[in-house]
Amino acid sequence: MTLDMFLQHLTNAVSLGALYALVAIGYTMVYGILRLINFAHGTIFTIGAYAAFMGIAIFNLQWGITYILAICFTAVLGMATEKVAYKPLRDAPRISVLISAIGVSFLMENLLIIFFGGRPKPFFRPPIFTQVLEIGAIMIPVLSFAIIIVSAILLVALTYLLYRTKPGTAMRALANDFETARLMAIDVDKTVALTFMVGSSLAAVGGILWALKFPQINPTMGGFPGLKAFVAAVLGGIGSIPGATVGGLILGLCEIMLVAFLPNLSGYRDAVAFVALITVLLLKPTGLLGEKGQVKV
Amino acid sequence: MVAGCGQQSAPAPKPAEPAKPAEPPKPAEPEEIRIGSWQPFTGALAAGGAMNKEGIDMAFEQRPKILGKPVKVIFSDNKSDKVEAANSMARLIEQDKVVAVLGCYGSSLAIAGLNVSEKAGIPMIPDASNPLVTEGRKFVTRLNYQDPFAGKVMAKYAVDKLGAKTAAIIQDVAQDYSVGLAQFFRKEFTKLTNNPNSIVAFVSYNTGDQDFTAQLTFVKSKKPDVIFVPGYSADGALLAKQAREMGIKTPLVGGDAWEAPELVQIGGKAVEGLIFCSHFAVEAAKTDKAKKFIDDYRKKYNKDPNCYAALAYDAYNLVADKLEEIKVVDPVKLNTALRSTKNWEGVTGTISIDETGNPVKPAIIFQVKGGKFVYMDTIQPW
Repeated sequence: MTLDMFLQHLTNAVSLGALYALVAIGYTMVYGILRLINFAHGTIFTIGAYAAFMGIAIFNLQWGITYILAICFTAVLGMATEKVAYKPLRDAPRISVLISAIGVSFLMENLLIIFFGGRPKPFFRPPIFTQVLEIGAIMIPVLSFAIIIVSAILLVALTYLLYRTKPGTAMRALANDFETARLMAIDVDKTVALTFMVGSSLAAVGGILWALKFPQINPTMGGFPGLKAFVAAVLGGIGSIPGATVGGLILGLCEIMLVAFLPNLSGYRDAVAFVALITVLLLKPTGLLGEKGQVKV
Repeated sequence: MVAGCGQQSAPAPKPAEPAKPAEPPKPAEPEEIRIGSWQPFTGALAAGGAMNKEGIDMAFEQRPKILGKPVKVIFSDNKSDKVEAANSMARLIEQDKVVAVLGCYGSSLAIAGLNVSEKAGIPMIPDASNPLVTEGRKFVTRLNYQDPFAGKVMAKYAVDKLGAKTAAIIQDVAQDYSVGLAQFFRKEFTKLTNNPNSIVAFVSYNTGDQDFTAQLTFVKSKKPDVIFVPGYSADGALLAKQAREMGIKTPLVGGDAWEAPELVQIGGKAVEGLIFCSHFAVEAAKTDKAKKFIDDYRKKYNKDPNCYAALAYDAYNLVADKLEEIKVVDPVKLNTALRSTKNWEGVTGTISIDETGNPVKPAIIFQVKGGKFVYMDTIQPW
């Protein structure tokens, strides 16, 4: 393999990994704070992409505005979902919430099918994101830079939110001990709603960037990234935000490098994700950056 | 016995209630003929299911009665999923009691479902091209040509018309259709070029994968003359986009599953010049029946029909014709009639079914030009 080719593979891997990481961050955040494996995350991701699609295809809005509106819409939808499907079950066994999440996911997916049909739709790409930079023999789409930059900014912003602001401190308090936090005059409802708002906006950003990178959307598109995000989050240590980032990058790297070095095995690309996951869990059950300690399940 | 029961269960008339006016006797409900169609209406292969449905809907509208009985077409979504495919087929047979099944689109799905229909003895007319769909089966009849022929046609076209000496193959390893086509293309291409090493790259992806950059980087380094991508339309569009963004200018050649509006809608400029095979072309339609079909279709849908609408239209009409021929609604007899079809004129050509359940038909070659599928050539079986 030539150096050029290796570098091309590496750029591809970082670009894909950053996208996985971005989706995984939202996933892991909701889990980290509420200990809820939010199966609806993949569907919220899809809705983010469809909302952006509608803004451009139906309302003819400028793309920047559409994306912001789509993210706001998805955030509100995330909060509404929490109110309707999770809040009444807050004191119920954890499995009830999990089932409720699966139900919500199916409901939303089927509503999308009713409104938009099952066939894939093309997603509009603003011209700026279709450009490709040529550095020597390496081709890097401008979008890859955008994905990496957006992921990095959101990672920093989220860390700032969690560790430097009052609502963030409340979130961490909830993560630590739900009951005691409630006793300490923390507005649990508000904090949980905020968690869902942030988590859903992250999913929407992920959905929009995914749709920009792979400009084809369909109502079941969230399943695949949802699964990859789950693997990335567990790989990095579920609940850990830096862990999700590292997990996503490793996943992207593993997948691309398998094809790069063993092209004959390229059909086993998805298996690699699970082999990596199992290996890490066997060696370090809490994930790469996960902390030791009792998990409340 | 029946009369006895009726007398026993008849309620004693109550004098207190006013006598009800005698209800007119219900007309005996006409026995309806149920025809099932299971298709991928959602998921990765959704475009194929929708195109098949358009053809069936139109055929049904024009012919809502067979043998004087109303027809009911029952659609079932197999969600592009192999497990769901078997389930939805079982539902059609056990609950809906269909006499025949039209579809589905997609070889892997068809194979998953026909294990059920084969056991139940319900004839099926799939829109699937893998040889395993008919191999050793008794209740499958096919109106489209198979992968070995399509693979050969595309290899021959690449060598003869594009002058290719080397080729790369990118297959969807999760789809029998794609794997089959890749295998037959490879065989024919190495034979025609007389060079066992003429396939310089052979890589795979999985249905649902959207990132093909790793495969394309590898293929690019091998500098093939042509890249064969036997996948479905949405994948093909994404792959073409990524290939062009990576500076790969090599011609892309695919199979019949590329024929869907999604290829152009999603692929945009990147799919210009793509070449693929098909079963039906408006430009190649010669018979009056085919011309009428094209006119009717344009009136109904305001667009030109593609091969999947045409094949499904033929499937419905063939079942209708055969039911009227045997004059009885019986799946087994219907199957025998379907399998012995000789010189039946459909809109996709004159069809004779051989002992394996397959027709012998020419292939059509299309190229994407200006966002349209432009007819290039008709290739007869050799």
